[in-house]
Amino acid sequence: MIDHATRAKRFNADEKKVNWHDETLWFVRHKRDLSSKGIPEWEQLRELAAAIKANVLSHLDEYLLEFEKNAIANGIQVHWAKNAEEHNQIVHQIIQKVKGKKVVKSKSMLTEECHLNEYLEERQIEVIDTDLGERIIQLSKEAPSHIVMPAIHMKKEEVGDLFHEKLGTPAGLYDPQLLTAAAREQLRFRFLQADVALTGVNFAIAETGGFVVCTNEGNADMGVHLAPVHIACMGIEKLIPKVEHLGVFLRLLARSATGQPITAYSSHFRTPRPGCEMHIVLVDNGRTELLGRPDFRKSLNCIRCGACMNTCPIYRRSGGHSYDYTIPGPIGSILSPNIDMRKHSSLPFASTLCGSCSDVCPVKIDIHTQLYKWRQIIAKEGHLPASKRWSMRMAGWLMAHPTLFRLSGKVGRRILSILPRQLVYGRWNEWGKAREMPPPPAQSFHDWYLNNRNNGKK
Amino acid sequence: MMKVGLFIPCYVDQFYPQVAIATLKLLENLGVTVEYPLQQTCCGQPMANAGCEEDSVQAARLFVRNFHHFDYIVSPSGSCSLHVEEHYDVLDPTPEVQKVRANIYELTEFLIDILQVKTLDAYFPYKVGYHASCHGLRGLRLGHASELNRPDFSKPHQLLHMVKGIELVPLDRPDECCGFGGTFSVSEEAISVKMGKDRIADHSRHGAEVITAADMSCLMHLEGLLRRQNSPIKVMHIAEILNATQN
Repeated sequence: MIDHATRAKRFNADEKKVNWHDETLWFVRHKRDLSSKGIPEWEQLRELAAAIKANVLSHLDEYLLEFEKNAIANGIQVHWAKNAEEHNQIVHQIIQKVKGKKVVKSKSMLTEECHLNEYLEERQIEVIDTDLGERIIQLSKEAPSHIVMPAIHMKKEEVGDLFHEKLGTPAGLYDPQLLTAAAREQLRFRFLQADVALTGVNFAIAETGGFVVCTNEGNADMGVHLAPVHIACMGIEKLIPKVEHLGVFLRLLARSATGQPITAYSSHFRTPRPGCEMHIVLVDNGRTELLGRPDFRKSLNCIRCGACMNTCPIYRRSGGHSYDYTIPGPIGSILSPNIDMRKHSSLPFASTLCGSCSDVCPVKIDIHTQLYKWRQIIAKEGHLPASKRWSMRMAGWLMAHPTLFRLSGKVGRRILSILPRQLVYGRWNEWGKAREMPPPPAQSFHDWYLNNRNNGKK
Repeated sequence: MMKVGLFIPCYVDQFYPQVAIATLKLLENLGVTVEYPLQQTCCGQPMANAGCEEDSVQAARLFVRNFHHFDYIVSPSGSCSLHVEEHYDVLDPTPEVQKVRANIYELTEFLIDILQVKTLDAYFPYKVGYHASCHGLRGLRLGHASELNRPDFSKPHQLLHMVKGIELVPLDRPDECCGFGGTFSVSEEAISVKMGKDRIADHSRHGAEVITAADMSCLMHLEGLLRRQNSPIKVMHIAEILNATQN
């Protein structure tokens, strides 16, 4: 099985591109720093957001029913999906019912999680992603590499070449503004033809039965204002109790994501236009199970800002695709084992546990602590490589026996100092590929202490 | 008089005795009577961080046996100190275990918070870059992490500012991880090395002659890269700098 390390190594074959990727995302992290430090109550806002989410998760059943009741009263049709498959079926049925053929979609990580595009395309329904980044990766037939900036792994030259091939822009056109204009021209046409508009949901409000979608490009609005049917898909954790809580999250979301004070559009939806339909699909897909894991339920606080990716020194140098999961980076590494532990068993180890993700998180998810805890479960379930499993067992045993520890240390240092270089730096030595081993000293501190402080007593 | 036990991490004992000696002498020069329990090995972190907490239990028990009778346990490692404080929930919470978890101190936090050191008789006339090791910074909160909107402070910097002749160089990314990460350094070799190279470049760009930190593990990783690159930049544990004198 190909693990994170293997994919990360591949990404690192082009060091210049790694530097560019790292610096681009660090720039976003820097903008986030400037913007979050612009409001003195930032840390209180994080506390408040985490407290609101804790309340939501403790009363999720009640809030969901309250939301459903109010949404129905507003004229919205509410659907419940246990998993990705049910979600896809429900969306498909709605489209079929209105004899829809063309769907425009505004970015929704949930539909990515459920692989909705493939599902609909197999059933002869055309789905067009309308966010520029999503459109780019749809054309290049890739998965998003970031949840806020899905095409952040591509340089403008790559996008230019792709557009030349797929959209017929002139060869060698790499100007971002002109490329955007070309994509826009094509999209406008799709918007006008669409039978159904799909969106995600950033926040759903229990007391009003309404919901909010945050975008920067205005494409969600464009889609739903033109198409007669609006389908909004949301994970069940997206609820907040009251409208007054929205301000807390809107202030945190855009600042954490891109350093903007607020997204260009915070679109509020409450009721369908006359003669039109509005649907909401409430999706579980593993969330209830996560809610039932006390050590991990806080990961449901996530508002999908992507700040943990921008700050993560591993993500910045390994790229989003190295995670091979819809949601990459630190948050993806704690969400994915809940979905498929074996497949994603290397992700909680794709971290130094530096803790930057937890400190940057606007809703205070203890991401690095959860990474540590997933490691324990993954090892217990037998998903560690055998070599690691056995070397840890040996190390644990050795560290429980002080005399043996000292003896093996002495022998090891001696061997290291007399072995020829090519043996020390053999192929087995991962450390030594790019790093020297520490030079072995003649005596350990223990030995020094016996000779210098302990009056010669052993 | 307070009883202070010195905990020297396993790899420091074996590979960096000069760091342990500097820590011991620094504490002694500040008037502290220090005892080094001879049967100590390891805090258990390497196994636990690799997902094998069970394999760390024996080492953790041994640690508690060695150190439970001290008022303070001092260690020149933020990472190992954090492990004892945070992850000894693998042991039953006996009074001994609780005492050890409460009394473990990383060296710079012991000097600032307990000894309340205001001056040092140290001299180190070099350009120094301080590497803020993650577990000390974000785990023990030895300083302010750049992600947070909180007042700026740093216990290691407070101490380094007491050293005569030293010039601390600024960094573009003052608290980015070096990429060591225990078994991460070999299981994710490519990323680990890239992170280390990028950290070194930052220090080098700002003219550092010496890179220092409160954790030798980060420095072992950076030293490995520096020596392979034949770089003139040296690594030194903060205890070595705080204990450096004119003679």
